[in-house]
Amino acid sequence: MRALLIRDLMLAIRAGGGFGLGLAFFLIVTVLVPFGVGPQTELLSRIAPGILWIGALLACLLSLDRILALDWEDGSLDLLATAPLPMEGIVTIKALAHWITTGLPLVLAAPVLGVLLSLPIPAYQWVVISLAVGTPALSVIGTFGAALTVGIKRGGLLMSLLVLPLYVPTLIFGAEVARRGAEGLTVQSPLLLLAGISFGVMALLPFASAAVLRINLR
Amino acid sequence: MSLWEYANPVKFIRTTDKVLPWVWTLAGLCLVSGLVWGFFFTPNDFRQGSTVKIIYIHVPSALMAINAWLMMLVASLIWIVRRHHVSALAARAAAPVGAAMTVIALATGAFWGQPMWGTWWAWDPRLTSFLILFLFYLGYMALWEAIEDDDTAADLTSILCLVGSVFAILSRYAVNFWNQGLHQGATLSLDKEENISDVFWFPLLVCIAGFVLLFIALVFLRTQTEIRARRTRALLAREGQA
Repeated sequence: MRALLIRDLMLAIRAGGGFGLGLAFFLIVTVLVPFGVGPQTELLSRIAPGILWIGALLACLLSLDRILALDWEDGSLDLLATAPLPMEGIVTIKALAHWITTGLPLVLAAPVLGVLLSLPIPAYQWVVISLAVGTPALSVIGTFGAALTVGIKRGGLLMSLLVLPLYVPTLIFGAEVARRGAEGLTVQSPLLLLAGISFGVMALLPFASAAVLRINLR
Repeated sequence: MSLWEYANPVKFIRTTDKVLPWVWTLAGLCLVSGLVWGFFFTPNDFRQGSTVKIIYIHVPSALMAINAWLMMLVASLIWIVRRHHVSALAARAAAPVGAAMTVIALATGAFWGQPMWGTWWAWDPRLTSFLILFLFYLGYMALWEAIEDDDTAADLTSILCLVGSVFAILSRYAVNFWNQGLHQGATLSLDKEENISDVFWFPLLVCIAGFVLLFIALVFLRTQTEIRARRTRALLAREGQA
């Protein structure tokens, strides 16, 4: 398992595109928003938590097809399927690698981009915390979507259609934590619900992803 | 005589062929009588005026939108557990009908909301979760279309249906948390004192029965079509080989 994780991380770093692309996309989205809604500071600081969440979500989505598609094309997924590792373990590792290469940099970059959007000071910690708690869920759900569409040529658009509705609960609770944090309200209940969703999908969804992947490899 | 006999496509088509004219007739009768009764022979509500009458389309279609997904869920489970092709095809057949019901519910709600709430759309939990349900329907249908191999498509869509159901319920409660509601609460609960008055209730019941029958008829018909289309494809493939 560790070997697979290290292999995936190495591939993401050395093959290029995987590591920085999501971050660059996140940056672009955050830069484009003020062009769209205007540069007023009050407006920006009000919508900043939501924008950061949407940006992180889209950046996550953009990199999903890299999780499995490349391994599917060159056949290494078939090799992995015949390996002694259970399929559930493989998809979990894939999701973890995706989170380390995409989710974690997004969490770290969010406060920097928050400056661009004049995020209110108390919101910084909650944006980071909510992203840190929520992005693993995005990776795990995304792995399910990637597994569903791995056999389809040019399935990227279809995958977005399938994955985005599944992101709704995570986005709602994550953005709610960030928004309440920005307004100085208590964040306990949405944060707990967000953590619940994260742990829930981490525990259960790999089984669905593995089942789907087995069907696709049949 | 067991229920699983109908898993045989031939048996399914033969039985539904016999039943379908009856279901169509009953659905037509219920819908026409319910709608005519509701539209022309019930009083206007004293606050909502004649707009109250959209309830005869809005409530049944909203009910069917949710029940269609439940039916797809059950059919998907049957496909996963017992691998009856008719079941998978029935789930596929129900999806566009359910999506259409969702659109009808959303549209009639908007027509009612414009004069009553003063807005076509509000980010109310019920409205929002219906929109999300519609997105789920779209994704489900798109996945069916995208995969060429029939069995793979049936497997993948049924798992998507299971996972989607869980997330649909999660979203329903998440949006509740996210915004306060504008939509009124349940008016048809069986255990509550305050329901709508009987004048509106009986024609509404007839309309709901009509929509249920209409849904059954459409799903039967569409399932038959799917079975026949698949059979035709199999025949063509055999011709091609010979």
